[in-house]
Amino acid sequence: MAQTRTLQHEKKEPKRQKLPIIDCDVHNTMPSDTVLYPYLSQRWRRHHSMLGTPDRVGAYIPRAMPYGARYDAWPPSGQRPGSDLSFLQEQLLDFWNIEYGILNCLTAVCDMPNLEYAAAFARAVNDWQIAEWLELEPRLRASMIVAGEDGKLAANEIDRLADHPGFVQVLLLVRTMEPLGRRRYWKMYEAAVRHDLPIGIHFTGVGSGPITAVGRPSHYIEDHTGMTQAFQTQVTSLVCEGVFEHFPTLKIVLIEGGIAWLPPLMWRLDHAWKKLREEVPYLKRLPSEYIREHFWLTTQPMDEPPKSEYFQQLLVHLNVDEKLMFATDYPHWDFDAPDRTIPTNLGPGLRRKIMAENARTFYQL
Amino acid sequence: MPVPINLTPTPYNTGYTLNIMAKYVVANINEIPPGERKIVEVGERVVGIFNINGEFFALRNNCPHTGGPLCEGHLTGFLESSVPGEYKYVRKGEILRCPWHGWEFDVKTGQSWWSPTRRRARKYKVSVESSPVCGNENNNEAAETTLQKGPHIAETYSASVEKRYVIVEIP
Repeated sequence: MAQTRTLQHEKKEPKRQKLPIIDCDVHNTMPSDTVLYPYLSQRWRRHHSMLGTPDRVGAYIPRAMPYGARYDAWPPSGQRPGSDLSFLQEQLLDFWNIEYGILNCLTAVCDMPNLEYAAAFARAVNDWQIAEWLELEPRLRASMIVAGEDGKLAANEIDRLADHPGFVQVLLLVRTMEPLGRRRYWKMYEAAVRHDLPIGIHFTGVGSGPITAVGRPSHYIEDHTGMTQAFQTQVTSLVCEGVFEHFPTLKIVLIEGGIAWLPPLMWRLDHAWKKLREEVPYLKRLPSEYIREHFWLTTQPMDEPPKSEYFQQLLVHLNVDEKLMFATDYPHWDFDAPDRTIPTNLGPGLRRKIMAENARTFYQL
Repeated sequence: MPVPINLTPTPYNTGYTLNIMAKYVVANINEIPPGERKIVEVGERVVGIFNINGEFFALRNNCPHTGGPLCEGHLTGFLESSVPGEYKYVRKGEILRCPWHGWEFDVKTGQSWWSPTRRRARKYKVSVESSPVCGNENNNEAAETTLQKGPHIAETYSASVEKRYVIVEIP
């Protein structure tokens, strides 16, 4: 396995892009949970050694490939994909000449029913990220892991780490226990706004019920495709519960959720609001205006319409050119390659924004 | 898990430099037993050579989807299903799945499963020849008119073993 990357690409030199690249979705992970032991109190170390953590992080159905990873992303060390910093540097950051990568460490925290344990685990993951990733690689920034199902516990962790320059956002998984507009989450938003940290909502999770709106499907292809239902629910909930009226500076990033479904959702919401406004009288503007103001989107997995002009039409409908941010999803199996993802016919100005400049502004890099 | 494969290119042989035809000696046939592959760099391209039941096939190590290292993928079969509940596993060892996104290609033709006419991996002609670079003086002349230096070092110490070599043609 160690040799499988020697001639990985036609060019062994790093791919020199004309445009700078900021990768907004890079997945680091623990080689095993025991690396967290130095960062866990004795109480939670004992708890972990007795009970462990959920086996499949955020996965209701097994992924298409082991750990959901590219087959060539297994490090020479034999560790899990994404758990070996030097290999990640070589295969991702150096190879593609990536200026900054945002780490989104997907953990079992959101699926842990024991919220105190979730908070301790989140804290340990964050301290481990500081020591083993952020302090060793200046091109990396990280998302803060929080026990998002308890707004107060999440807020505590945000307050604890907000001053650390390595953390650029708070990370949630999209399938939550309740729609994210519900008040149980508001303490978390309050803390995020207090520290001017965005909330990132990432693909995956198990949540509290069936993973689709009508029950449990049989296949990963349904799980994967149907994830947009969860994103749609979150967008709708955050708008309709009035979260952005309460927290007018709150910023949300939808990560790995796709983008093409958003324009029709905005049309539908705007249409409904005109008739049902009285139900949500605190909404002062069209739902689409809240969405365009408060949501950012990462590109991967890139929607690939059958004709390139359809993609240009999509961008017109979206009308959020300043809020699209490129992501690879490395090392996962649906990785988007930096040189082949954003259509060249968008022109260099917009491509540059999507590949790096929007993220640079947004994450203050 | 990825299939372990030898990716270390051997140094070029004594340099034939004529650019009449771009044929490259890439391996001794014994190096790539049935079911195995070898990935080499020839003519500024990286090419995977596959042995399927004694026949050799070559594909460029560059997936037509988004440029993943196709030839490092799983060599597998094709699962057919006429109706839900009925399954047939066919063409074992002849289908290559890209290690990035799992696109499936027919190793023999380079055709992709989902769009055989429009999406295909670059395929190269492969032949097996008693190589002129093995030290047989009678064949040296032929070598200089047809062969480019390739990544394989011919064995020159033994005349008693039959020397047969895998040749890839790069247009």
